[in-house]
Amino acid sequence: MHSFSRDFALAALFWLLLMTQYCSGAEPNSQFLDGLVLLSAQSFTEKEKGIELIGASQDPLAARTLQSLLDGKLFYTSKDNILVYGESEGANYAISDFLSGESLGLVKKRNLEKITINNTLRSTLKTTIALINLQHPDDTVRLAAVNAVLSDINPELLEILAGCYQTEKNEQVRDALSVALAIGGLRQQDTAKRLEALQSVRGDVHPVIKNEIQALIDRETDAIVIKAAKSTLTAIEGKIAWFARLETLFFGLSLGSVLVLAAIGLAITFGVIGVINMAHGELIMLGAYTTYVLQQLMPDSIGLALALSVPAAFGVSGLAGILIERSVIRFLYGRPLETLLATFGISLVLQQTVRSIFSPLNRSVATPDWMSGSITINPILSLTSNRVTIFFFAMLVFGALFLLLKKSSLGLNVRAVAQNRAMARAMGIRAARVDALTFGLGSGIAGIAGVALSQLTNVGPNLGQAYIIDSFMVVVFGGVGNLWGTLLGGLSLGVANKFLEPWSGAVLAKIIILVFIILFIQKRPQGLFPQKGRAAE
Amino acid sequence: MASLQTLHPLFNRDEVFEFLKPDIPPSLDLSRGIILYLEDISVSFDGFKAINDLNLYIKDGELRCIIGPNGAGKTTMMDIITGKTRPDKGSAWFGQSINLLKLDEPEIALAGIGRKFQKPTVFENHTVHDNLELALAGNKKVLPTLKARLRSEQQDYIGETLLLIGLGDRPYSPAGSLSHGQKQWLEIGMLLMQRPKLLLIDEPAAGMTHQEMERTTELLTNLAGEHSVVVVEHDMDFIRTIARTVTVLHQGSVLAEGSMAEIQNNQKVIEVYLGG
Amino acid sequence: MSSVRLLYNDKPGMVMLVLLAAAAVLVPLCNLGFPDGHLLHISTFTMTLVGKYLCYGLLAVSVDLVWGYLGILSLGHGAFFALGGYAMGMYLMRQIGDRGVYGNPLLPDFMVFLNWQDLPWFWHGFDYFFFALLMVILVPAALAFAFGWFAFRSRVTGVYLSIITQAMTYALLLAFFRNEMGFGGNNGLTDFKDILGFPLQSDVTKAGLFVASATALALGYLCCRFITGSKLGRVCTAIRDQEPRVRFLGYRVENIKLFVFTFSAVLAGIAGALYVPQVGIINPTEFSPLNSIEIVIWVAVGGRGTLYGAVAGALVVNYAKSYLTAAFPDAWLFGLGALFILVTIFLPRGISGGMTGLFRKRQEIN
Repeated sequence: MHSFSRDFALAALFWLLLMTQYCSGAEPNSQFLDGLVLLSAQSFTEKEKGIELIGASQDPLAARTLQSLLDGKLFYTSKDNILVYGESEGANYAISDFLSGESLGLVKKRNLEKITINNTLRSTLKTTIALINLQHPDDTVRLAAVNAVLSDINPELLEILAGCYQTEKNEQVRDALSVALAIGGLRQQDTAKRLEALQSVRGDVHPVIKNEIQALIDRETDAIVIKAAKSTLTAIEGKIAWFARLETLFFGLSLGSVLVLAAIGLAITFGVIGVINMAHGELIMLGAYTTYVLQQLMPDSIGLALALSVPAAFGVSGLAGILIERSVIRFLYGRPLETLLATFGISLVLQQTVRSIFSPLNRSVATPDWMSGSITINPILSLTSNRVTIFFFAMLVFGALFLLLKKSSLGLNVRAVAQNRAMARAMGIRAARVDALTFGLGSGIAGIAGVALSQLTNVGPNLGQAYIIDSFMVVVFGGVGNLWGTLLGGLSLGVANKFLEPWSGAVLAKIIILVFIILFIQKRPQGLFPQKGRAAE
Repeated sequence: MASLQTLHPLFNRDEVFEFLKPDIPPSLDLSRGIILYLEDISVSFDGFKAINDLNLYIKDGELRCIIGPNGAGKTTMMDIITGKTRPDKGSAWFGQSINLLKLDEPEIALAGIGRKFQKPTVFENHTVHDNLELALAGNKKVLPTLKARLRSEQQDYIGETLLLIGLGDRPYSPAGSLSHGQKQWLEIGMLLMQRPKLLLIDEPAAGMTHQEMERTTELLTNLAGEHSVVVVEHDMDFIRTIARTVTVLHQGSVLAEGSMAEIQNNQKVIEVYLGG
Repeated sequence: MSSVRLLYNDKPGMVMLVLLAAAAVLVPLCNLGFPDGHLLHISTFTMTLVGKYLCYGLLAVSVDLVWGYLGILSLGHGAFFALGGYAMGMYLMRQIGDRGVYGNPLLPDFMVFLNWQDLPWFWHGFDYFFFALLMVILVPAALAFAFGWFAFRSRVTGVYLSIITQAMTYALLLAFFRNEMGFGGNNGLTDFKDILGFPLQSDVTKAGLFVASATALALGYLCCRFITGSKLGRVCTAIRDQEPRVRFLGYRVENIKLFVFTFSAVLAGIAGALYVPQVGIINPTEFSPLNSIEIVIWVAVGGRGTLYGAVAGALVVNYAKSYLTAAFPDAWLFGLGALFILVTIFLPRGISGGMTGLFRKRQEIN
């Protein structure tokens, strides 16, 4: 009795203090204040009631109060029993008046009395906070609230969540709610309802649901439910594995599209002029450095700089290519091995030039906002935006090039020269000019590839070398002089590489691919799409 | 079960594996008097039928001329006989016992078929003598070639051939310095060094002066009898001077076959050649 | 008898062999016989450097044999060189015994560092010099044979062949970078102590290695000269110029290529094996495509299809490299690049070809 009356007296005192403490102006919510008073009680049952009162009070401060309590940052000053918010600073606490927010300076720990909670209260707190936040106008807060209650869903909460689900407009929050409802369903007392819930989560790949089903299998006693759960789990795992393969496929296609971009210029020069351009990698590098320079020139508009880099890199690398063709390669036509050596020399000169101008260190090129981040398909599958962009970019470049070669007069000339140089010349095609333009075109596309690469890796003098052998492999694998072969070759090598990687490790995967191509060429020296007949010789 | 069937020979104690069998082609069997059989041969490149159901028989010791307009499949036929191109279907036999479709170029050459190309292909950086020496019949495996030394009778044979092809005065000139006609002869000389049974000669008269051509005619007619000779040629005058039997190819198959006189009066041949 | 005539006809080769013999005698003599500071003293550094160049010379000869005479532009000969080097390096590693940093008598340092318990199976036998020598020959030969078996049989030629040889050495580069391969990962094999019981640091051992290199180069040159002077050599050049024609003459082109390519790989392997004890390290960068393509430029500079030109090219280019990388570090790649371009355009027959060309012209004028 005594203790009760003492509690009561204290409570009354607190109530008064709180009334004065509560910021003037706003009408204090009596339910909220009652709750705060109850928090100061010794008994956890009282505190729980207090929490419930606060939770139901609809007071704007309610969520913050409960969160502070949960974090153990709610105190009473020992001396004058003011409710304060305390942040530990070494041995002391920086406290502020909880209701007005006014700072009260540093105090020693012993001058404060912490409002203690136990595990039951902690759970109640979490739920209550979540319930408050579930009504919050901000989408992200609601989403966080749903995710916060996932681990302790009880039947009452389930009902509330079901209500929220009815009214929720936001897609993401609805998804989260449906996951929560499913988990709640799995915890129902009624066997039939559990079975029903199991049925409804079949195919849902959310990791929380998978864990919940695993937990259900461990704690379940009903054989039928266990069987159903196991089957559902298998289904989910199968689906997850499927998505994992999809993700690998995406990585493979992404790598493949980079390979296609890097190789397609080479395919043109190799296929049309029959020239191995060992400096192709360095033309890619020039494109990447063009991007870097443009970004340095316009640091405020990175996106625009990137967009401008595409034509600029095409121009820079294309001109470099024409220069190489006019000054070196045209003296070496008909001597493919010598051309290979001379262009290798060019690649060394270009590398060293870049090293002298830009320093041998790697430069990083910024990615514009619209290319960073990722596209989330579902909880376990998200695609990085830059890779998606580059994939489509590569396809676009391929398509444009394909149209150019098939439809334009330059394309016609190029194909004529490729098939029969002497005949084309007799028809009045200026083969030398076509050679130079073709070489410029191939080199320009290398430059564009460089722009794309600058978004994936650092830009350095050795950038080209890393891709040259891979590009050759793609061209040779796909079949010389065949654009479709290059596309298919590049994509399939990229995908094969990524599918091998988890099984063998990245380096070994690359080695396996190289060895495969070495063997493949020996079986089919003309590649995937060989040219046949007399022209092939 | 099927795989067991294929495995079965492996357990046969008398079985000799393919790769253990000695690398000797069966010897040439001319018991029926026919040295080359081409039957039902077809080959196409990218849908274009270069050879279409070709049937051709060459008798032992015969000199046969093959003519035909451009694209009639003359060179492709040579390619098939010498193993450069594989036909899509059909069979090609050298004598009774040698299946040409199972052999590759060197094996066919060693079996006794020599070929002169349309464009004279000699080793331009080698001397005339070396060209002939390289063609010399003998063991052409790696190590024997490494240790090979010219025996005196081989040296004599090279000398004879040099005289025969009219290059006796310049055995140590690089082949690249010869005139077009001389290269043609050198190539024929190289064929002779191989001592083949069947010679395939593609356009021997191309780029030759009239005198050179006469000499070539003499050379080829002398070869027939001991060797079987197949000549592909465009030049009708040349054909007329050497021809005994002529085969006309058109669109990959045989259009007509017979003596020169018969061919010249054949209505179909006239249509093809005159476009009439 | 004919071999003697062969040499008699090969005047530059004779000169080279005489110079080599003189160097093999004089250089170690001047190094060991005269004290430091004496006018005739040759420093150990110079001797080792020249010894290294001689290994490069042998490597260049092996490349010239396949490129100059057979027309195969191999961009992967560095791989055979490195494999020979690794075989020797493994022997030298085993000779360290328990003198390594970790003092483990059974395992090389890098294996101790990787926490390996046992010696991998492919390291067994390398305690014995003769086994290592056998591997120096067999391993490059086996790789060349396997590679050539597939490549030549399916008639991969020209730039295709060049590219796949490059891919081969690139794949090996990646493989040897892996620690799991058991060849020391990117650090390679180093910290060698002695060879056949002789300490590698001593001048006498270095002189011995120098003589061995000069001898190997001379013998390698003679073997190649014997091949190129034989009928087989003429068949090789015929293959280089007119491969299909050679087939129609009845030669098995693929077998000839396989023989010469494998022999050339063995020479490259021996060069690598002599190189490693002189420089004291072998690591995966020896497999890098750049190294292999540099060999080709030595041959191109010297003049391909001459053998002695390849040796001269290797010496000249490497001397230039040593000089330039020390004097103007940035200029070396410019110089090397320019060399590639200028030699292919203006000196397609290299220094030796250019000189004989000049010589001939002068004769004609006279």
